[in-house]
Amino acid sequence: MSTLHTVNKSPFERANLQSCLGHAQDGDCVLLMEDAVVAAMAATALAPKLADAAQSVKIFVLGPDLKARGLDPAGVADGIGVVDYDGFVDLAAESSAVHAWL
Amino acid sequence: MEEEFEGGIVKKFMFVNRKAPYGTVYALEVLEMVLISAAFDQDVHVAFLDDGVYQIKKGQDTKDLGHKNFSPTYRALEGYDIEKLFVERESLEERGLSEADLLVDVEVVSRAEMAKLMGEMDVVMTA
Amino acid sequence: MKFGILVNEGPYNHQASDSAYRFAKAAIDKGHQIFRVFFYYDGVLNATKHSDPPSDDRNVVKNWQKLAEDHHVDLVVCVAAGMRRGIVEDSLAPGFRISGLGQLIEAGIQADRMVTFGD
Repeated sequence: MSTLHTVNKSPFERANLQSCLGHAQDGDCVLLMEDAVVAAMAATALAPKLADAAQSVKIFVLGPDLKARGLDPAGVADGIGVVDYDGFVDLAAESSAVHAWL
Repeated sequence: MEEEFEGGIVKKFMFVNRKAPYGTVYALEVLEMVLISAAFDQDVHVAFLDDGVYQIKKGQDTKDLGHKNFSPTYRALEGYDIEKLFVERESLEERGLSEADLLVDVEVVSRAEMAKLMGEMDVVMTA
Repeated sequence: MKFGILVNEGPYNHQASDSAYRFAKAAIDKGHQIFRVFFYYDGVLNATKHSDPPSDDRNVVKNWQKLAEDHHVDLVVCVAAGMRRGIVEDSLAPGFRISGLGQLIEAGIQADRMVTFGD
């Protein structure tokens, strides 16, 4: 079974997301939450990197954290799924373990 | 996956260290978690990667800070039957460190090996 | 499914405790069980009965307290982390209890999934 990785830091500030993507296995899920949601937007300079990662892992972003930061879920990059807390719970339940990249 | 023994459930635990010591309390308190876990007869793994490799750097001297130097405790883990310590080679290299800089016997593994190991765990504890 | 939750940060510096609370609430609403919420590091500050946020802000301590009341969620504060930060038996809001770090490891063993919220 796959692991759910959670990341809560902006990649513009810290290396958590980079480290997470460097360790996630094919088929794992990555959830961007809290300050990490900025990484989900299609318009950022990091979008190509995320698109590349999305070839092997499934990337999700927490919608309530996007909205709180004034980021429109419609602007999220293709291939990244928007979930709410229910979706977060489902992702955790469907994975074999949850790894928080703090 | 977890296995049932006569004593109960044995899970694969990994304590992941990615932060340097002293700047924040996380390294010390993860070490406390590792020590307590020894009492539960679980399959315990301890990983050092990213800035976590500095936790096991030789020669730590905290006298001028007034902090307790807790680094010798990593060497004591063996006495608690916690022997599965892993450090990531790429993390060492990126920081200009090598195995000779470390104060405890650890298995040096590649990033890919570390990633695979992480994927085998039932419980991953981080801070 | 049984979830264990670890909260590593205090109530008002960081979103971690809010995220953990939203996750716990969503899990319960979906019919899952929260085996235990363990408060460690500055997370022990989530348990203080002396917290008194302004009325236009959310009350993080009360949120946890109500979750414990309504759903019998076990809220455990680490004794050693609490003592360092002045969180002792007398400081606790209703619904919280103090115990050892072993309760976190036990949650890891007993719960089907352990989910960590921190910095």
